[in-house]
Amino acid sequence: MSEKRKLPDPSIVKEEILAKYPPKIARKRAKSMVVVDQTVDQEIQSNVRTIPGIITQRGCCYAGCKGVVLGPTRDIVNLVHGPIGCSFYAWLTRRNQTDAGEEGPDGENFINYCFSTDMQDENIVFGGEKKLKQAIQEIYEIFKPKAIGVFSTCPVGLIGDDVHAVSREMKEKLGDCNVFGFSCEGYKGVSQSAGHHIANNALFKHVIGNDDTAPKGKYNINLLGEYNIGGDAFELDRIFDLCGINLISTFSGNSTVSGFERSHTADLNLVMCHRSINYVAEMMETKYGIPWFKVNFIGAEATAKSLRRLGEYYGDADLIARIEEVIAAELPGVKAAAKAVLPTTDGKLAMMFVGGSRAHHYQELFAEMGMTTVSAGYEFAHRDDYEGRKVLPSIKVDADSRNIEELKIEPDETRYNPRKTEEELAELEKNGLEFSEYKGMYTEMADQSLIVDDISHWESDKLIEYYKPDIFCAGIKEKYVVQKMGIPLKQLHSYDYGGPYAGFEGAKNFYTDIERMLSTTIWKKLKAPWLSKETDPCICAEFVA
Amino acid sequence: MLLRHTPKEITERKGVTINPAKTCQPVGAMYAALGVHGCLPHSHGSQGCCSYHRSVLTRHYKDPIMAGTSSFTEGSSVFGGQANLLAALTNMFTIYNPDLVAVHTTCLSETIGDDIPQIVHKATEDGKIPEGKHVIHCNTPSYVGSHVTGFSNMCTGIVKGLAKHTGNAIDQVNILPGWVEPSDMREIKRIAKEMEAKIVMYPDTSDVVDAPQTGEFKMYPAGGTTVEAIASSGDSIKTLACGSWASEDAAKQLDSSFKVPYEVLDIPVGLSATDRFIEALANAAKVPVPDSFIAERGRLVDVIADMTQYLHGKKVAIFGDPDQLIPMVEFLLDLDMIPTHVISGTPGKKFTAKIKELCAEKAPNVQVQNGAQSDMFLLHQWIKNEPVDLLLGNTYGKYIARDEEIPFVRYGFPILDRIGHSYFSTVGYTGGIRLLEMMLGAIMDRQERECSDIKMELVM
Ligand code: SF4
Ligand code: SF4
Repeated sequence: MSEKRKLPDPSIVKEEILAKYPPKIARKRAKSMVVVDQTVDQEIQSNVRTIPGIITQRGCCYAGCKGVVLGPTRDIVNLVHGPIGCSFYAWLTRRNQTDAGEEGPDGENFINYCFSTDMQDENIVFGGEKKLKQAIQEIYEIFKPKAIGVFSTCPVGLIGDDVHAVSREMKEKLGDCNVFGFSCEGYKGVSQSAGHHIANNALFKHVIGNDDTAPKGKYNINLLGEYNIGGDAFELDRIFDLCGINLISTFSGNSTVSGFERSHTADLNLVMCHRSINYVAEMMETKYGIPWFKVNFIGAEATAKSLRRLGEYYGDADLIARIEEVIAAELPGVKAAAKAVLPTTDGKLAMMFVGGSRAHHYQELFAEMGMTTVSAGYEFAHRDDYEGRKVLPSIKVDADSRNIEELKIEPDETRYNPRKTEEELAELEKNGLEFSEYKGMYTEMADQSLIVDDISHWESDKLIEYYKPDIFCAGIKEKYVVQKMGIPLKQLHSYDYGGPYAGFEGAKNFYTDIERMLSTTIWKKLKAPWLSKETDPCICAEFVA
Repeated sequence: MLLRHTPKEITERKGVTINPAKTCQPVGAMYAALGVHGCLPHSHGSQGCCSYHRSVLTRHYKDPIMAGTSSFTEGSSVFGGQANLLAALTNMFTIYNPDLVAVHTTCLSETIGDDIPQIVHKATEDGKIPEGKHVIHCNTPSYVGSHVTGFSNMCTGIVKGLAKHTGNAIDQVNILPGWVEPSDMREIKRIAKEMEAKIVMYPDTSDVVDAPQTGEFKMYPAGGTTVEAIASSGDSIKTLACGSWASEDAAKQLDSSFKVPYEVLDIPVGLSATDRFIEALANAAKVPVPDSFIAERGRLVDVIADMTQYLHGKKVAIFGDPDQLIPMVEFLLDLDMIPTHVISGTPGKKFTAKIKELCAEKAPNVQVQNGAQSDMFLLHQWIKNEPVDLLLGNTYGKYIARDEEIPFVRYGFPILDRIGHSYFSTVGYTGGIRLLEMMLGAIMDRQERECSDIKMELVM
């Protein structure tokens, strides 16, 4: 692989970008655009209000709650209380695959359905609680689901419908159906992130811990913050299986409510996407004594490292040996695949602006292909996702965060059971395991790379012009904008309908997909031949001669 | 099974809509606004709506869909969104320099009761709208109507905001094409040109959402009806409004504000609706129908006559928007197919009456329903009770099609999983041939997949 190239200083382009903005906006945006200098501590402004009219990537609280966290769970009916659109747009548009198996009582799968109370003007004027109750009743009668989640959209909060009271009432009335609500109105917080928190809270209050059935495996874990886009969770299931590790539940790729209900019986929580799910990890630790640490299964080396940490946690020679066997069996194939694409990928530049963890995780995969991430940022992350959890105490709680409930969690009277003693944890930490820690994207970025939080269209436009990256990673709204500039865009929300990209097999898929994107013929034929001839001085010269 | 929980037995529902056959107003307003040249649509509400609307339009067109949002926070939802909209207008004009901004509301700003005209007035007073630039607007509460209503409201907003009356009548016909694809708008323009009819058509999303790949991103692509052309529509001699749901209100507005008389037509889908459209346009523009249309029409009629055996008597289920469904059902009847189940989530009393009237003779048993709880869940149940040979509708239909093993043709909005709709029109006589090609393809592919080896036919 080529040497890491020295990145050019983007300070000038940063100034150019800001110069276009009205002065107040420029001052605000300046704090979210940081030229990395690893010799000092830098603060990256994030999780602050989006500037109206700036053309943002961000979505809403409801999208983070219903779409992200609860969406992938198949045996719950997710009922959206609101006008029709909010539910319609979230219908199957995030590619959470699920394997419900055969039809029958265990084969419940409501993911392909879209449920809405479709509020009408009379519901807005006179309140929608009656219609909501009616909807829950009808769902129960038609589908007999074990759980119904009720999601509030913007108007609901405003007209004062109490989804929690309705849910409680209906739960009682129905008897064998767990009905619970989410106050995830789209205006809450500043992005999807608020919705993640609200979803975490409701899962913790209403689902986790409902079933004490002891797990069957020898090593029982939960995987948190993995959403099975393109089948990622299936690949990780395969790897865990090979290692002999029993996954009680994944939050929430390929997940079931039944799995969540038993998740508190695990020995350990592994956290993939820190942003969306760290709350559950924290709360489970406080209430049940389950430790957590951050892992990353995006990238072959990262996967191997995460598995080894798991082995260290258990400290079990059998498990460690088995994990090493799996790595030894899998890694060479992945390495070979990476090597095969190097001629195309080595030295190429990537930019990525997406989500709350992927813009970090995927840097590792690109590095395995010899590619450099020149600029990156999240769409809805917080400072800790950039700078690491060490900054948590110094994050000021502003008006937009204050309205998101913080649950007060106490150790469970009967079920709190620290999986490791203080001494054991300390010993493991000494050996390099870092519990309850995430170091963030920042530490891994090269000096003079540029971090931009909540990037705007104008900013990405200018940065593309400046960096001329070989590939740009973002989401569907940016996809064709960037491609019209002649630069391939890899969607890291939907994987462009490919994947999986996690784990060992996933890494191979990613390498080949990126290689394909970088060597696509059509990018070289964007200009009509007669146009390029006109501007080509050599040809003109020939004609003159 | 994908929709494994859908029971055959139908129970009455009043509370829950399942698998909707409609979506919300603003997405239609956003799409309509994209049909004005140099326009940046703006969603006044929380940013989630805008993100969703941009996403679904992007997935449908595989093209950039740019729009701004007021990004409401909890504070704005309490105190109103005036400050957000004012800031957004300043920012959009400063950073993105559009010719005009088209503001539509969302459920949130509607529930709050933000007064958009007043806010826009204030923006103008405060000098936040640069010289020569425009801000147009419409209200799009999604708890009324559907995405089609939003499209219609923005069309009316375009008339209100941009059309002018100078008193000098211009010998041109306004065409409001309705919610159709860029390919369809391009085809309507071609038809008018071929007829030498002078028209001004809006919205016109051709060359906007089907923009060419040249290696250069244009925030405001070449297409879209210009502000000047729209302004002139107040002086036109007549308006032809295609599709009563999407276009009638705007036509009425042109009539009431500028005394431009109007005629409501079906969107020219299929043989009969195209016949009527051609005649209406010729009459309105006072031009003869050129002979080339005899040939164009004749080609469609020829294909129908040649292939009728594969179509005759086939039962069809169809869902979508009223303006599309009405002429399509008529076309199916012209093909001797049997419209069997017809569903639209879009409300409007005259819809079922119209479908029943069309079907009275040849398909008297047609099941038709629109409005509340008229959703794809019900359609699926109907299909389970009375199976069909062909399903027509948007992409979501594929889940029913696969479970019930029905040949499926994508028709309507949104189409998230196939290309074609941007480029190949389904309006006019030529569009009719494309519809036939798709339907015949689906039906014949099925026959070939399912027949025994012995029954395989080389020639069909
Ligand atoms: S709140 Fe209203 S406008 Fe926004 S997505 Fe939902 S239905 Fe559509
Ligand atoms: S109405 Fe609110 S909840 Fe619904 S999509 Fe819009 S921002 Fe999100």
